[in-house]
Amino acid sequence: MKYGAPFLAVIALVLIAWLGSLIPGMQYVFGVVFPYLAMAMFLYGFIRQVVYWGKSPVPFSIQTTCGQAKSLDFIKHNKLEAPDTNSQVVARMLLEVLTFRSLFRNTQARIYSGPKLTHESSKWLWMFALLFHYSFLVVLIRHMRLFLNPYPVCLDWLEFLDGIFQIGAPNWYITDICLVTGLVLLLLRRFCQTKVRYISLANDYFPLFLLLGIAITGILMRYCLRGNVDVVAIKQLAVGLATFQPTITADIASIFYIHLFLVCALLVYFPYSKLMHMGGVFFSPTRNMRNNTRAARHINPWNPDIKPHSYAGYEDEFREFMVDAGIPVEKELPAKQA
Amino acid sequence: MYNKGLIVPGLVVFVIIATFPFWYNGLSAGPVPKPELPPGGEKQCVAPAEVMRSEHMSMLNEWRDEVLRDGHRVAVVADGKEYRKGLQTACMSCHTNKEKFCDSCHNYTAVQPYCWDCHLTPANIVAKKEKP
Ligand code: HEM
Repeated sequence: MKYGAPFLAVIALVLIAWLGSLIPGMQYVFGVVFPYLAMAMFLYGFIRQVVYWGKSPVPFSIQTTCGQAKSLDFIKHNKLEAPDTNSQVVARMLLEVLTFRSLFRNTQARIYSGPKLTHESSKWLWMFALLFHYSFLVVLIRHMRLFLNPYPVCLDWLEFLDGIFQIGAPNWYITDICLVTGLVLLLLRRFCQTKVRYISLANDYFPLFLLLGIAITGILMRYCLRGNVDVVAIKQLAVGLATFQPTITADIASIFYIHLFLVCALLVYFPYSKLMHMGGVFFSPTRNMRNNTRAARHINPWNPDIKPHSYAGYEDEFREFMVDAGIPVEKELPAKQA
Repeated sequence: MYNKGLIVPGLVVFVIIATFPFWYNGLSAGPVPKPELPPGGEKQCVAPAEVMRSEHMSMLNEWRDEVLRDGHRVAVVADGKEYRKGLQTACMSCHTNKEKFCDSCHNYTAVQPYCWDCHLTPANIVAKKEKP
């Protein structure tokens, strides 16, 4: 059920868009209404989640220290692994966001005959993740050709580089192959590694299936099922969406509406799911805090405001009761006026 | 909210990037391509216009493979008219003006087919003949 249900959910989304887009008049709903709704829900959900995180206090300084913290001058400080200043934190964050360093550090425990236990570095997750994320980014940027009119020249350069093998027409993109390969490898990782499989939930599988659905429908539309995929009409619709004057000028194939509907589903799902790690990575206290707990005191923002209370002040407050109870006091009660 | 000074600008940058197509176009959908019909007035093509519009690239790719790899140059017959498989021999004998026909949509949708790395347009051929 952990992978069956999400798989069926994606199939259901495909069927909804497929059958729905065949109903006369529904093209406008799938081509215009849903994309606008999805975009609005995506932006609203994203901002809401970020604001919610922004309101959450960080009670302790919990950076992960992965190297020597700043100490005495003759001890070498590891600036990236235990950042002491804001700029060092920025450098650490940039490397985390752009090169996934914490995945790079992954180790795996294995038992060999003997029996011998080893903890070896395991780079697969890191490689698959890089492959997937960067292909996805390039595909997204390339898609801007459908939304921008006139489009900037840099898209031409990207198109050229991505299609440099010049295989077929329409030209095969390197990132298409890499996107699907990355997703399949990430999926196989969850299926084949028993420990990962054990902790994988439906909401780990759903985004993988959904993204695979998007990539496969996109690839089918571009290379295989070209019938009624009139890219000029599609661009008119896409640019129309971006300029708030959407028009559907041709009978566009269902495969396009399926692709678009799956993207809408992704946009709506994004802010409420683990995919929000895109924003969340910037809010990870283990990465975004300075490793300077010896130099600066971290104050828990939810500490109540407790004023210092000296013993002298305490005795001033309770002297009468103390004397009454026979507890010795440092300063006697003032002599009673008769 | 904590760290407002960082989170608010960060969110603003995110929203600007996520809505890039909305403000880049500036509410103007821009020009729509108007490919020129064959100057010679031909009305017939190897396939109906809708099919050509969405599938001409696959068709040309197949023709190329059939002609170059399998040696099948046999003509395509559509509505009694014969066409020799080829960009220059079939397509461009009617659609003579690459700039006004092919390029109009290709430029709109950011497609740069590599066909013309080797093939010549009728205008290229004329220019070549003039230069000895
Ligand atoms: C998460 C967002 C999206 C992803 C991951 C995605 C993925 C893909 C992929 C992998 C392809 C194969 C060809 C290529 O790489 O260009 C493709 C093609 C295509 N996609 Fe998307 N897509 C997304 C969003 C959209 C949206 C919002 C539209 C709406 C206009 C769209 C319209 C198209 C079209 C028309 C093609 C065929 C292009 C052609 O025939 O040249 N895609 N998509």
